[in-house]
Amino acid sequence: MLEIEIDGRKTEVADGSTVMDAAHQLGIFIPHFCYHKKLSIAANCRMCLVQVEKAPKPLPACATPVTNGMKVLTHSEAAVKAQKGVMEFLLINHPLDCPICDQGGECQLQDLSVGYGQSASRYQEEKRVVVNKNLGPLISTDMTRCIHCTRCVRFTQEIAGWMELGQAFRGEHAEIMPFIEKTVDSELSGNVIDLCPVGALTSKPFRFAARTWELSRRKSVSPHDGLGANLIVQVKHDRVLRVLPLENEDVNECWLSDKDRYSYEALNSDARLTKPMLKQCGEWREVDWQTALEFIGTDLKRVVREHGAAAVGALASPHATLEELHLLQKFVRAAGSENIDCRLRQTDFSLDGKNVTPWLGLPVAEIPQLDRVLVVGSFLRKDHPLLAQRLRQAAKKFTRVSLLHVADDDQLIALHAKSIVAPSALAAELSGIVKAAAEAKGVAVDAALAGVQPSAAAKTIAASLISGEKGAVFLGNFAQQHAQASTLHGLAQKLAEITGARFGYLGEAANSVGGYLAKAVPGASGLNAARMLAEPRKAYFVLHAEPEFDCANPSQALAALKGADLVVALTPFKTRAHDYAHVILPIAPFTETSGTFINTEGRVQSFNAVVKPLGETRPGWKVLRVLGNLLGLAGFDYDSSEAVRAEALGGKPASVAERLNNKADGMVLNLTAAAPTLQRIADVPIHFADALARRAPSLQKTRDAAPPAARMNAATLAKLGLADGVQVKVSLGGTAILAAQLDAGVADGCVRIAAGHALTAELGPMQGEMTVERA
Amino acid sequence: MGALGFILDPAEGERSWRLAEYVKRGGYTALKKIFSEAIPPENIVAELKKSSLRGRGGAGFPTGLKWSFMPRQFPGAKYVVCNSDEGEPGTFKDRDILRWNPHMVIEGMIIAGYAMGCARGYNYIHGEIWEIYKRFEEALEEARAANLLGNNILGSDFSFELQAHHGYGAYICGEETALLESIEGKKGQPRFKPPFPASFGLYGKPTTINNTETFASVPYIINQGGDKFLELGKPNNGGTKLFSVSGHVNRPGNFEVPMGTPFKDLLDLAGGVRNGRKLKAVIPGGSSAPVLPADLIMECTLDYDSIAKAGSMLGSGAVIVMDETTCMVKALERLSYFYFEESCGQCTPCREGTGWLYRVVHRIEHGEGRPEDLDLLNSVTDNIMGRTICALGDAASMPVKSFVKHFGAEFEYHIRNKKCLVPEDVQRAGSGFFKVADPHPQPLSQGERGAS
Repeated sequence: MLEIEIDGRKTEVADGSTVMDAAHQLGIFIPHFCYHKKLSIAANCRMCLVQVEKAPKPLPACATPVTNGMKVLTHSEAAVKAQKGVMEFLLINHPLDCPICDQGGECQLQDLSVGYGQSASRYQEEKRVVVNKNLGPLISTDMTRCIHCTRCVRFTQEIAGWMELGQAFRGEHAEIMPFIEKTVDSELSGNVIDLCPVGALTSKPFRFAARTWELSRRKSVSPHDGLGANLIVQVKHDRVLRVLPLENEDVNECWLSDKDRYSYEALNSDARLTKPMLKQCGEWREVDWQTALEFIGTDLKRVVREHGAAAVGALASPHATLEELHLLQKFVRAAGSENIDCRLRQTDFSLDGKNVTPWLGLPVAEIPQLDRVLVVGSFLRKDHPLLAQRLRQAAKKFTRVSLLHVADDDQLIALHAKSIVAPSALAAELSGIVKAAAEAKGVAVDAALAGVQPSAAAKTIAASLISGEKGAVFLGNFAQQHAQASTLHGLAQKLAEITGARFGYLGEAANSVGGYLAKAVPGASGLNAARMLAEPRKAYFVLHAEPEFDCANPSQALAALKGADLVVALTPFKTRAHDYAHVILPIAPFTETSGTFINTEGRVQSFNAVVKPLGETRPGWKVLRVLGNLLGLAGFDYDSSEAVRAEALGGKPASVAERLNNKADGMVLNLTAAAPTLQRIADVPIHFADALARRAPSLQKTRDAAPPAARMNAATLAKLGLADGVQVKVSLGGTAILAAQLDAGVADGCVRIAAGHALTAELGPMQGEMTVERA
Repeated sequence: MGALGFILDPAEGERSWRLAEYVKRGGYTALKKIFSEAIPPENIVAELKKSSLRGRGGAGFPTGLKWSFMPRQFPGAKYVVCNSDEGEPGTFKDRDILRWNPHMVIEGMIIAGYAMGCARGYNYIHGEIWEIYKRFEEALEEARAANLLGNNILGSDFSFELQAHHGYGAYICGEETALLESIEGKKGQPRFKPPFPASFGLYGKPTTINNTETFASVPYIINQGGDKFLELGKPNNGGTKLFSVSGHVNRPGNFEVPMGTPFKDLLDLAGGVRNGRKLKAVIPGGSSAPVLPADLIMECTLDYDSIAKAGSMLGSGAVIVMDETTCMVKALERLSYFYFEESCGQCTPCREGTGWLYRVVHRIEHGEGRPEDLDLLNSVTDNIMGRTICALGDAASMPVKSFVKHFGAEFEYHIRNKKCLVPEDVQRAGSGFFKVADPHPQPLSQGERGAS
């Protein structure tokens, strides 16, 4: 520990701390621009110059290491003179037109110039003008305002993992720019807007929409990936105008993915449904709630009477709130059916009944402490942008991260080892890792693994896991959706046992864990999502889901729904429900209802509505409550969503931790997998993954939202007699016409075709044998 | 003159740079001596300390001390880097060392590698002297072929590899940490120090960076001993030094003289002020050193201490001579433009301040000066100096400060009368670029003619 005195106040700091760290500890503010706690030290703005005893010159607090007994003055005459000098330099070329700048009112330069600037400029020469850059659909530039702090540059390099911005040219001609004619395509790109201390980088969708002081700030939780990033939703006149991160070191730190940040655009879009709709005599008409709900009540009773309660099924999106999921399952069960599921893309349900409530297996905040990590079956960077970011930072320190997957996408993580195999070989490769680990540890293996020959990569990964002290094995979205999901689970569980590692799931959606805890999964006698669609029901309730995009087999789902007598769609949006539903009810998206998401680490995060529901929209939990009342079901008299949550969680949010369990009892490994000559790999691209993201116009303009193609490696293309760019007809149950695309990262005999998009909705299941021919 | 120096002066003739010629002059004997006598590395550093050799790049830091900063027990790679990126206006000595005597630099770097336990070295040569870069590469090939570089040099158990690396002409890459960034393939921008290169240098490893001339002085010190080297100069200022004399002299060029030589002797070596005109001012150590008026500089001897006492710096030994035809405002305008153009743009005071300085001086020169401009210039330089990541901010400020200090009256005249104190026709005659009748013709003496 080192002793330091700042402005006459003493403190002790750890070795290696800077003067800035010590000042933070003492609560002393030192003005700064380039310094940011999450980024490397640049020391280029010079605003944090302070006077250090015995130093001949003022020193930058951000970059000056504390020495024992150091005495620092942050507001002495010499320090303030240096700070004011720097401020004058920063302002000479900066436009002094705050009233027309989008950053006005929330600008660090503006704020600090009040304290350190002069009332008039001594600079009488011409000011610098810098041409704006096109950074893509999300970030707007006003480069003349740039003060070259390079926070954005360091962010792309260090946090996002790919240096998409840099400082070109010298001296006064220096400009922050992407590589020639490129845009910033990172899934974390929006964070540079928060980091920019001036109005050089601002939000393109939000640009000039409102002044910061006109906006109300309300806390919320991201409804997208399993992390549940904490949000500040900014609202004016009951409209969401912007979303910013709410700092929570244990969850999202100070970052947001672009999906978290920009999906709000869908809330205000024309795609919103604002009135209950009823299909009568083949025609859709707007009706009042009473009519719609009464119609449902009558028709549901008829279906149950004619076909029995087991003819009723419910499909819920894992992006729905805990309260909605709880009431939906309660409603369906009260109606006498056990058919409810929120795991729409899952295909292997043999873990049901084995007491598994899959979760991360450890708190998110503990990821940096892991020294060995194996991720199995995950489009990590796009499925879990901020968890991937944590692993990226960990890999820079001492964590060895390995990946076993079906596509060689660049995760921008310094991977220790990776193995890229066809989907049908995923379980075999993982069993190789288990076998190698068991042999190295001298542990007996399951008889099913007797004939397994570990590959070189499998041995490397196994050795890495064994050599660590605190390891973890994570199953990603792809592994969860895989036809052998339970075998992958069993192998991963075994591997964790052998190596002493933790074992968990990277939860697919905001409420994947909540779905289990709300019991939005079938009971012993019920049908799971796949069976409900394979064995069509007479009545379906569809909550927040878009089966044509969200199900493991969209075309089968559509067929089942179209054949039903009663389909009730509860959704905030105008979806394809008009093709198959009989009643469409406009329910609130996350900003218009109170609710709870339980993230992948089991963190219960409740939130309130931030705006009034749009038009006739009503919160989903209220709609389900009234529906329960209307049918005369007992126990639907709730006063608040808190009461629903209390019931769903057994009254004690703290007990959630006890109910999470990844350890399955009595696992049976089934390593026999058919190896089709041509098989599909389906990813769910980041901006196609849920209803909100699909309707956010700016997100849909990004590179990540490119339409799906049939991606194959050169060998597969050659074998099929195809070339990059030709139109092909792909068939897998259904068909789709797509462009063939060369992708060296796809294994032999595989075709990667994204799911979640209109172009591939009619194609059929997300996995299985397929054919490709020239269109 | 040949008796004065040991770096450039013995290396004469078209083929002087070849290995065979260098060996004929006694080259590589220092290296052989080290191996045959098994001189331990500590002794080499001690000898350097004894010699009072000070860094020839400009800062004048004691070389022996710098070498002793390298962590001897550090496991893994360490680097020795030669800074041949002489971009300072007025400096052109390293170019000639590499042109005529490259093996002396190579030998010095091998010895440095041996003394500091480095297995790899780089010589960073600036981008405008391409043919010299190519020549150095050839010299390296010769050295490799003769087992002076590579594994087990001359049968010893010491191995050392040396590579040349050329820049692309950015002045800032002469700053040692920007140079390291540039070698690493990044944009040439200085790093914040600490950490210093001795602990975190090239690729994050301990690194020592010295100037070309510094390395070229090393073999002499090993051969003749540190004391002998010190004797060449004066206490605390060992050895001889190359001075690049340019500007208004009859015979511009590099002159190798002992440290402590009176300035007027150097001026004589360079043939005196051109056309016998009156000396006005001298920048004694490269364009970033404060200018000294004639009366001050004529009293100086050429060593670090004497020049510092007069209020300037010996710097890299680039002596820019200005005679009475020089307009000091125009001269400063040109210098300020250079620093404005060459600022890397990384830190605020230099990026914004150098442009401001240039624009104000430019305005004064073009008859748009204001009475408050001189105070403004002083205040802006105060706000730049000592507040930047590297020394470029100071380098840009010192000319401005010193020009205004010593020639303030000329600036004031400019502001008041919107024209030069030195009449336009006198300036044009003195510039040498215009075919104008010289208002002060004075023929050269016979002796001066012969020498040029």
